[in-house]
Amino acid sequence: MKKNDLILVGGILLLALAAYVGISWYSAVSTKEAEAVVVVDGKEQGRYPLHQDATVEIRVEGGGYNHLEIREGAADIVGASCPDKLCVKQRPVDKQGESLVCLPNRVVVEIENGQEAGVDGTTH
Amino acid sequence: MAKKAAYMGMLTALAFVFSYIEALLPINLGVPGVKLGLANLVVIVALYTMGGRAAFTLSLVRIVLAGLTFGNLASMVYSLAGGMLSLLVMAAGKKAGLFSATGVSVLGGVSHNVGQILVAVLVMENTKLVYYLPVLALSGTAAGVLVGILAAILVKRLGKVIGDWKAL
Repeated sequence: MKKNDLILVGGILLLALAAYVGISWYSAVSTKEAEAVVVVDGKEQGRYPLHQDATVEIRVEGGGYNHLEIREGAADIVGASCPDKLCVKQRPVDKQGESLVCLPNRVVVEIENGQEAGVDGTTH
Repeated sequence: MAKKAAYMGMLTALAFVFSYIEALLPINLGVPGVKLGLANLVVIVALYTMGGRAAFTLSLVRIVLAGLTFGNLASMVYSLAGGMLSLLVMAAGKKAGLFSATGVSVLGGVSHNVGQILVAVLVMENTKLVYYLPVLALSGTAAGVLVGILAAILVKRLGKVIGDWKAL
């Protein structure tokens, strides 16, 4: 091994370290927070970060409502005016692309930028 | 000429066998593309004793053979990209005269990983694969040093024997 070889190895290692730090920093900065996006009748009504507990009342035309609750990093509809309450029966969602749907009120709550689903990853 | 053919055949067979051994050794560090690069040992010996053109031919034949036998068309494309870039960089590194065989081997190992990732980015259309590069650069350097030290010894011992063909 020549001295130049050692410089080369050191240089590559430094470069790799710098690239690693840069990439970690970049991905930390560019990763968006997971949000619950509320869409009523095809129009976006609001976005709520999942890391912050909140209770949201979604008002729909004609007096209907859905109560969206964000708790422990997951979104759940806990009350609704619709007759079948299917949206209330759905389990809380927190994975990328998962959604809560209330057909009678035309309300859709979808998760954006959430973590990738493990088991159902391929179905979304 | 006959001697050259014989050495080329022998080195190709050796590189082929090293590819096989490599395929038998499962190295799983969680990042695809981490490997020893044993076959590169033979390529470096060829590069130093028989020149760039012979090393190029050897590497090409080795990759096609190993790809058809132990891999598939996809793995062959990755190997080709890595192997060719690696050879170009090694030949340039040798010509520059700055490094010994060990340094050239490190250059080859790392550029092999770079070539593979570049093709993977093109094929998968996912630039996030570049995130693998720092880890691969690390493993490529480590493997390159090991292979390079071995290659330097081999070049010293075999150089006179194999180098003879030029005189004929």
